[in-house]
Amino acid sequence: MKILYFAWLRTTIGCAEEEITLPDDVVTVADVLDLLREKGGAYAAALGEDKVIRIAVNQDYANMDDPVKQGDEFAIFPPVTGG
Amino acid sequence: MIRVQAENFDVGAEINALSNGNTAIGGICSFVGLVRDFQHTKDDATRVSAMTLEHYPGMTEKKLQEIEEIARNRWPLEDVLIIHRYGRMEPGENIVLVVTASAHRKAAFEACEFLMDYLKTKAPFWKLEEDEKGEGSWVDAREADDAAAQKWDPSAGS
Repeated sequence: MKILYFAWLRTTIGCAEEEITLPDDVVTVADVLDLLREKGGAYAAALGEDKVIRIAVNQDYANMDDPVKQGDEFAIFPPVTGG
Repeated sequence: MIRVQAENFDVGAEINALSNGNTAIGGICSFVGLVRDFQHTKDDATRVSAMTLEHYPGMTEKKLQEIEEIARNRWPLEDVLIIHRYGRMEPGENIVLVVTASAHRKAAFEACEFLMDYLKTKAPFWKLEEDEKGEGSWVDAREADDAAAQKWDPSAGS
């Protein structure tokens, strides 16, 4: 699965894009976030419960219990501030 | 039509190009968003010397197209143009242009406001403000923007 980070998530985690392999028991958006938090360090800090983040799966906004699969594009970013 | 681009745009030329040849248009409404030279979250002493707009290529275009489609289904519009820039900009520069054209003014006014309210909460752009020392800080999302977008939701009763 391709993971994309934007804005302060990109600068905090220190990467814009990475590829991860999903274990069989990772099936929802929340599972992916748990998997990333387990990496600790900047990941745990950026994805902490106190942080307000948005998730998009295949370029559509997603909820925590939405399903995910290996070939998906998974993006993590702050609430948007364009316009 | 939507465009996501780094280059600046000419508001007058864009509006002329949109209306040219379509005599069913009776009114055009436009909104231009500019880079301000102060931070609204801090005191006036903090000036903004530049702003960088980051975006999510692909999703940005997809969301803007969806928003245009919603407006066209909701109002009788002859044409719609949304241009949003990304990259580094200085105070006074254009960030965004929304143009709506209709036979009558009400649809043009309403659709233009709707498009701005929706794109501010749905299009994946993020602003990084630079102060006079060159230090950058990410702009926080505003609850007022969510409320503005919410008022167009039919289930909210407006």
